[in-house]
Amino acid sequence: MLEIKDLHASVEGKEILKGLNLNVKAGEVHAIMGPNGAGKSTLANVVAGKEEYEVTDGNILLEGEDIEELATEERAHKGVFLSFQYPVEIPGVTVTNFMKTAINETRKAKGLEEMPAKDMLKKIREKSELLEIDRKFLSRSLNQGFSGGEKKRNEIFQMAMMEPKLAILDETDSGLDIDALRIVANGVNKLKNDDNAIVVITHYQRLLDYIVPDFVHVLYDGKIVKSGTKELALELEEKGYDWIKEEINA
Amino acid sequence: MELKDKLVSSFLAFENTVDVDAPVHDIRSNAIKIFEEKGFPSKKEEAWKYTSLNSVLKHDYSIFPKEENALEFKDVKKYFIYDLDTYKIVFIDGKYSSHLSETTHDKIDVCLMSSALDHVKYKPVIEAYFNKIAPKDGLTSLNTAFSKEGAYIHISKNIQADKPIQIIHFSTGKESAQMLQPRNLIVVGENSHVQIIERHQSLTDNPVLTNSVTEIYADKSAFVDCYKIQNDNQNASLIDNTFIEQHAKSVASVHTFAFGGNITRNNLNFYQKGEGIDSILNGVTIIEGKQHVDHNTLVHHTEPNCESHQDYKGIFDEKATGVFNGKIIVNKEAQKTNAFQSNNNILLSDKATINSKPQLEIFADDVKCSHGCTIGQLDENALFYMKSRGIGEKEARALLMYAFANNVLESVKIPQLKTRINKLIANKLGVNIGFDL
Repeated sequence: MLEIKDLHASVEGKEILKGLNLNVKAGEVHAIMGPNGAGKSTLANVVAGKEEYEVTDGNILLEGEDIEELATEERAHKGVFLSFQYPVEIPGVTVTNFMKTAINETRKAKGLEEMPAKDMLKKIREKSELLEIDRKFLSRSLNQGFSGGEKKRNEIFQMAMMEPKLAILDETDSGLDIDALRIVANGVNKLKNDDNAIVVITHYQRLLDYIVPDFVHVLYDGKIVKSGTKELALELEEKGYDWIKEEINA
Repeated sequence: MELKDKLVSSFLAFENTVDVDAPVHDIRSNAIKIFEEKGFPSKKEEAWKYTSLNSVLKHDYSIFPKEENALEFKDVKKYFIYDLDTYKIVFIDGKYSSHLSETTHDKIDVCLMSSALDHVKYKPVIEAYFNKIAPKDGLTSLNTAFSKEGAYIHISKNIQADKPIQIIHFSTGKESAQMLQPRNLIVVGENSHVQIIERHQSLTDNPVLTNSVTEIYADKSAFVDCYKIQNDNQNASLIDNTFIEQHAKSVASVHTFAFGGNITRNNLNFYQKGEGIDSILNGVTIIEGKQHVDHNTLVHHTEPNCESHQDYKGIFDEKATGVFNGKIIVNKEAQKTNAFQSNNNILLSDKATINSKPQLEIFADDVKCSHGCTIGQLDENALFYMKSRGIGEKEARALLMYAFANNVLESVKIPQLKTRINKLIANKLGVNIGFDL
């Protein structure tokens, strides 16, 4: 699904990713952990195509196709989804209208007709139930005045609506209380299937109790320095990141 | 001949076309003297520092409409809010079009300034209100001197106008360059309501200069809700002088949507004369190319316990220039005044300019006055967020602009008008967002 080869990326001339390799197959959940400043969010933004990040070397392949020359929206059309660490507030555009626009723009890009209003409403209803989202919430302005938990739940609702092939969840657990965490994780688990892949970026092990990864990677100083199974996450939780730093620097 | 000289020397010819025994004769004669003395404003005047009229004054304008020009409704339908039942006062090249208009004398008077100025029936109203609120500056005096046609609306006590009123001025472009001087008088009695939509529209690229004066008088507890649609062609310039006198507990709002035209100058003035008054000034400006829009506002608070709310949003692309000059005066008697002003701008290009200047003159000590001005760009994070959901660059930018102007768009109280304004914006931005915001 996603293959990243020797990826180097910089922002404002400063290299953040320094030869990153990652291979995520369909049906898999990968967790990427690491200390602050290791490049976790950069990785998420580079895959989604944020312009201020410059890829200086390496490749990003989605289902075998090189995507690093594609615009952000074109990557979205091909099935890349990023759940934002800090979702942006858009006053005057309701959650429902935002999703209608997103879905129909994506359909248009694929040469499809707009989704009939009836189907759209049905889909919105189904997916909002999955995330235990109240109807009134859908007619509010996107993210405006939302609590931290509401913003993250809304991100996963959007993921449910967009049905991406590759979902990258950037610190989706930050700002969530335990109930919201359970709802969000439950939603993600229900959206997981054999044809899509999920990359969970997190600082803490907590979320991984709910979204159980097939693989855990440690990102440090712009590279994956250690990979393992979910036990690695527990080990990191217990021992912190210092032992990894020592291993690398030794 | 300079335009000023041409206008002054044309005044005698103009007088031949109107009844010199009319009560406004002296007013007109005095006004031309004031214009002769003061002339057009120049950039030397503080209030005109950022707006020069030189480029629009150089044309050889025709000053009087020579003939009656007709238009078919189907050809100009799109300039009306046609899906809304309204009274209509329509002018073509400065002359009244009975064909396109729908006036009334049933309970309220919605008709022509020319008949109000000439008929004895309207004399008391004209004597009481005509040229009473408008100041005696050069532009207003010029309009007063040539005041002949425009909208006349008179609503006496305790009447809610049964439908909104559209005032539309068309220029057909049959003259190579045309100057128009519409004069509107709107008198709204105690506890009465009215909604007014005003538009100036030229139908060709021939130069048009409109120097419009509107006097609005809102009696006690009156409610006056005005909308100005300024989406004219690239060679049409507009100087809109609007003066509103409000009495106790009245609410008056003016919403100005400036999306087009060459040079647009809005002189919007509210004079509060009573307690418990609310004055609302909202504006959205979205321009590009070399367009220029200047909002010059004044709210004069003279008595206690009144409010004013100003909210102007501007989006400027390419070489467009904007001006916001918002003056608030709070007299020393006007304690407990709440006066708010905000002017937020987005510059989409390095060559676009906005000059924003609040002017607060506060002589009372127990007041709440605030003003704020921001100038920024579209939020790159927000653009990335929308694009990551598959929304294209153009649509994402448009959505952000809508979001930026949203609270002003939300203040439009006529749903059909709100839809139309949303569509005007969508057309302007070249997007079809697929839903009504």
